Amino acid sequence: MSTTSITVPDTPLVRLALARADDALVLGHRLSEWAGHAPTLEEDLALANIALDLIGQARSLYALAGEECGRDKDGLAFLLDEDALAYRRDERGYRNLLLVEQPNGDFARTIVRQFLYTAFIDAWWQAMMDSSEPRLAAIAGKAEKETAYHLRHSAEWLIRLGDGTVESHRRAQAALDALFPFTAEAFEPVTAAEFDVAPATLRAGWDRQIDTVLATAGLARPAVPWSHSGGRAGRHTEHLGHLLSEMQYLQRVHPGATW
Amino acid sequence: MSTPATPIWEVFIRSRSGLAHRHVGSVHAADATLALQAARDVYTRRGEGLSIWVVPSNAIIASDPADKAMMFEPTASKIYRHPTFYDIPDEIGHM
Repeated sequence: MSTTSITVPDTPLVRLALARADDALVLGHRLSEWAGHAPTLEEDLALANIALDLIGQARSLYALAGEECGRDKDGLAFLLDEDALAYRRDERGYRNLLLVEQPNGDFARTIVRQFLYTAFIDAWWQAMMDSSEPRLAAIAGKAEKETAYHLRHSAEWLIRLGDGTVESHRRAQAALDALFPFTAEAFEPVTAAEFDVAPATLRAGWDRQIDTVLATAGLARPAVPWSHSGGRAGRHTEHLGHLLSEMQYLQRVHPGATW
Repeated sequence: MSTPATPIWEVFIRSRSGLAHRHVGSVHAADATLALQAARDVYTRRGEGLSIWVVPSNAIIASDPADKAMMFEPTASKIYRHPTFYDIPDEIGHM
């Protein structure tokens, strides 16, 4: 047993599954940081529920990626399982969007991050239900039901924060201003494979959805002269390394530990 | 600045097998939509329900515990109101 980091083959299916799995795992981990700290008991459970949905999606996608990473010399066991892919890749090996690794900040920041991501990923999962890769289509069918609720949850909260008190409006607008430059990255292509849905095709729908909710919330869509990018190539903000060092600690120190 | 208290909502769930909505507890929420979301997130995490009702707690009209004697004790002596008081003819079968 070794603590060394792993590398994975770069096929379109592995790249796509890992990118989407990393998005879900990193955001799920971020939301799990709220456990015991959310503004109310009700939201504590709501955020934990969403975190568990996302971690479940990540597991399905890691398992799929693992199937594509090859078998041992006897052809029996897969070389890489979910845990290896989640716990034994370095920061540069992670392929998630920079948006999802951004710190929780206040509740408004967390809700805005969730809404901006979910408005994209829910539409992507919907489109992926018709993917020609049946395993991805199956994951999409389950994931979309979950993200549809995440979208409703975060949109309803954003409307109330924007249209609530002076203080909640100020915080929601500040969160939007801070996070909007991270949104364009979601529309970059991950693969050119025929079983993938090109994110750019979802841009117009995302724009409409964002504009509708922001108008209802009385929030202004920030003008973004430039955008952050690099997550899909493993170039992350300073926040992901800290997140991974906490999340991966146990498996790095006690490889293969179970309990 | 004082923050107004968040309203309380009573939560009723109809389970998979159950016919009627049953009271399961309460949640805090600013309005009806968020109350429904909170009820879903708090009380249906293990597949408990197929339908949720939320009702503002202050919309419930409750009997006064001080009226207990007047309201409920007179029925104690009316055992004939229980169906077990009657003999059911065999032809009726299982009721």
